[in-house]
Amino acid sequence: MPYDERLVAPMRAELTRLDVKELKTVAEVDAVLGDPKGTQLVFVNSVCGCAAGAARPGLAVALQHKVRPEANYSVFAGQDLEATARARSYFADYQPSSPSIALLRDGEVVFFMHRYQIEGQGPQSIAAALTAAFDQYCAA
Amino acid sequence: MSGHVFHPGHEELHGVTVVVQDAEGRTYVGRYHERTARGILMHDVAVHDPAATPMSAADWLARQRKFGVQISQRHVMLPGDLAGGIRRLIDV
Repeated sequence: MPYDERLVAPMRAELTRLDVKELKTVAEVDAVLGDPKGTQLVFVNSVCGCAAGAARPGLAVALQHKVRPEANYSVFAGQDLEATARARSYFADYQPSSPSIALLRDGEVVFFMHRYQIEGQGPQSIAAALTAAFDQYCAA
Repeated sequence: MSGHVFHPGHEELHGVTVVVQDAEGRTYVGRYHERTARGILMHDVAVHDPAATPMSAADWLARQRKFGVQISQRHVMLPGDLAGGIRRLIDV
């Protein structure tokens, strides 16, 4: 059951203020992931205070890196259920967990950070893993 | 991140995805909840049973790491006398 929107609004804003576009409907997901071009990052947001509480600032640090994905999106697990399920269908080989982060290049998953790789990590550690992936897969 | 408690107020491993092997050689991957008098409680657990699959435990673990935990049981209580220790999946 989704949480009260007043509780999750700050967690959404923590990403949207980074210019991460939130995808809240199936149509919005299909519009961008269904027509993949270049590099796309999808952040599966979560209310988990400990894991997502480190992952969001980790992404914020990573997006300051000189090499970044061309487009950054988020879906909110447990909140926007249909949009999240649809987004996960684009990386269906990977078991669902939240928070998690997928990096796609021309529609192919090239990097995936599962929840277990976020647990107990600090933002800098998460950012380091993300920027290494950006350097590997997003450089022109 | 030694000494860091992922969920303050709980055991250090609470909420962390761990790997445990029992005395029969089965391997479990799931979120550690707590240790009680009955054993270790884990949530959202994937299980490798060497008697039930030709895939080696090492290959199975590599698959869990790459593609995520393939949950087959919501809750598992493991007896305390484990063959091996408890390791974080990220460290395996």
